[in-house]
Amino acid sequence: MKTIVKILAAGLVTGSALSAVTVMAQDYPNQPVTIVVPFAAGGPTDTVTRLVAAAMSEDLGQQVVVQNVGGAGGTLGAGQVAAAANDGYTLLLHHIGMSTAPALYASLPYDPMTDFAPIGLVTEVPMTIVARKDFEPATLEDLIAHVKENGEDITYANAGIGAASQLCGLLFMDALDTKMTEVPYQGTGPAMTDLLGGQIDMMCDQTTNTTSQILAGEIKAYAVTTSSRIAVLPDVPTMAEGGVENFELGIWHGLYAPAGTDQAIIDRLAASLQKALTSETVGTSFAELGTYPVQASEATPAALAQKLEGQIGLWAEVIAAAGVSAQ
Amino acid sequence: MDLLSSLALGFSVALDPINILYCFIGVLLGTLVGVLPGIGPTATIAMLLPITFTLGPETSLIMLAGIYYGAQYGGSTTAILINLPGESSSAVTAIDGYQMARKGRAGAALATAALGSFFAGTVATLLLAFFAPPLARAALNFGAPEYFSLIVLGLLVSIALAHGSILKALAMIVLGLLLGMVGQDIYTGTPRFTFGVRELFGGLNFVAVAVGVFGVAEILRNLENEKEREVGVSKVSGLWLTKDDIRRIIGPVLRGTALGSVLGVLPGGGHILSSFASYSAEKRLSKTPEEFGHGAIEGVAGPESANNAAAQTSFIPLMTLGIPAHPVMALMIGAFILQGITPGPNVINQEPALFWGIIASMWIGNLLLVILNLPLIGLWVKMLSIPYRVLFPAIVLFACIGTFSINQNIYDIYAIAFFGIVGYLLIRFGCEPAPLLLGFVLGPLLEEHLRRAMIISRGDPMIFIERPISATLLGLALLAVIVAVLPSIRKKRNEVFVEDD
Repeated sequence: MKTIVKILAAGLVTGSALSAVTVMAQDYPNQPVTIVVPFAAGGPTDTVTRLVAAAMSEDLGQQVVVQNVGGAGGTLGAGQVAAAANDGYTLLLHHIGMSTAPALYASLPYDPMTDFAPIGLVTEVPMTIVARKDFEPATLEDLIAHVKENGEDITYANAGIGAASQLCGLLFMDALDTKMTEVPYQGTGPAMTDLLGGQIDMMCDQTTNTTSQILAGEIKAYAVTTSSRIAVLPDVPTMAEGGVENFELGIWHGLYAPAGTDQAIIDRLAASLQKALTSETVGTSFAELGTYPVQASEATPAALAQKLEGQIGLWAEVIAAAGVSAQ
Repeated sequence: MDLLSSLALGFSVALDPINILYCFIGVLLGTLVGVLPGIGPTATIAMLLPITFTLGPETSLIMLAGIYYGAQYGGSTTAILINLPGESSSAVTAIDGYQMARKGRAGAALATAALGSFFAGTVATLLLAFFAPPLARAALNFGAPEYFSLIVLGLLVSIALAHGSILKALAMIVLGLLLGMVGQDIYTGTPRFTFGVRELFGGLNFVAVAVGVFGVAEILRNLENEKEREVGVSKVSGLWLTKDDIRRIIGPVLRGTALGSVLGVLPGGGHILSSFASYSAEKRLSKTPEEFGHGAIEGVAGPESANNAAAQTSFIPLMTLGIPAHPVMALMIGAFILQGITPGPNVINQEPALFWGIIASMWIGNLLLVILNLPLIGLWVKMLSIPYRVLFPAIVLFACIGTFSINQNIYDIYAIAFFGIVGYLLIRFGCEPAPLLLGFVLGPLLEEHLRRAMIISRGDPMIFIERPISATLLGLALLAVIVAVLPSIRKKRNEVFVEDD
């Protein structure tokens, strides 16, 4: 008898709690939603977020505000969202750095797998392997031979520890089983300046930063890091075409809520994200950035969770093999 | 297309009533955020980026550019009136500008800043129109070794910034260099002087340090003596320049414009050096160097012109090569991209209306700024008659809000408080905060370029001597040291440095 009462009581409590949550979720959103970008305003991640936020505002019927919390390789902003209330009003839009931070930082104030509820993938920006315009090799095959032969005599620019440009370089050197001289910069902007001036030999960077320089003939492009050629650079081969298999790398961006956010709210946000990504404005603006929105099937919690888990494993290996640490 | 028809095209775009309106809105907003301590053009442009979605590319970029150079005008206003520089460039203006204000010459200092900036802006805009592409090409010859040598030269020459003992000035530069090392080392990722605080990984915020050592320290100094408390300006003698003033500022304005125009083109940090370099040059050339630091009008005219000229010419690498010289320029790239234009070498050919329109609008914007600012001088000066107990808490509050709004980092506010106390102690010990800020700003650049040059040369220091530009700059630096050490000149140097001891 006592047990039955307990079960009934428990049922009542859960029931009322559930209905409270349901009311909250039905009501959602009834105030502006904040998306935290863990990088400075004006950068590529910020631009992507602002475009998506504007489109989601329309669908959600509430302002979606973008807040920049930069610093410590994106871990400050991510940590802030991990600690935020899980009511669906504070979200995080982070890129590939979400999956590399656990390998780069000895101690993180959050766990990317358990402290966040994934909402969906947003975009995957292709990267390009480029060099100063008077760099000797003519084709991708020539480049691979040249790099294997000259190794550390080749200078290779990146945007510092953990940056996508560094990871791309690590993968490249790993694939060719050689070492080049890494030259870190404060971001790929200044690195591009030195590449244009012929001060350094090579770089690997997002299409957002390299496309216009490639098209103007100011730098040489040897390869794209996607599985197939990309529309804006039809003449640039993929790494596979040059004989390097399994070299696929994109700056993928995902949208997250703090862990424990109500499933109904997550579903609502995922639906809104999918709608935003299929809108024409987002499509054309992304194309101008040299990227494209992911398929609707990928803008889902399951797809992002899978991506995140796979990438954390991959980068743990690559980063440990290269002996890189941010702390 | 020849230059005249290009400029005509530019002015036809810039003189479009809508564009004039947005240019005006831009420079007005810029002036306001420049005047409010802490809130800089970076934060403002970041906040306004989404709004520019709905405007045409020309209109939105004209407005954003206006915010940037408008803020350069506004920043000097607070530096002069209340010793609160919001940007590294106006830190130099604060040295003599604030002393002029204390002597009741705030109006003259503000007028000098406005006129010097307008002249420099006009010249730099012309340079931009005539020589943008070749200048940008030339700037690309500057690699890590050249920047390192340039900064060494800048640091050695800038010891003239101090007007007290040379030893204290050196100590302040070194302290500044050390403070600049706080944060994550970009080469290895090792955190330095962060005490495990993740918020310090990005380093100390310049605005927080500047507001602390200049502004808050000055407030503490004033609070020290209840009776003799200064209200910045007690009596204001004349808002306008005298004939003698005009005679004195012509040379500094011309030299500042030339220095600033050249340094602004260098994307690796040249614009930061411009005002410091101009101040040092004026002090060296002056027949009365002992006046510097005590309200020398040349110390306002030179750096202000240099700073504004550099602000304009720093658009050259952005517009002709698509590379940003500093964070504001990076935001401008974001604005270009949002408009569907990828900044790069092709903009000048593919979007001539945009390219020349922005250039023409800069001149119009500078004109608007003078028209806007000269009548406002009287108003700004009146602001100083607000009771001290109301004015200064308000300033500190604004500074904190502004600084916090950039990165939402609470440690920036702690830094204001901490450096306020440090700055006060420095005043008590007779040390100057300006060399400290110089070290703080240039230290990280110095280290970055030194280490990068050494990586590229694979550890061979000869790279600094083998490259002609770098060797020339180091030669000049050596010359500066020799001149300072030569006995015949030492007598003069003693006059320069020791009059305070």
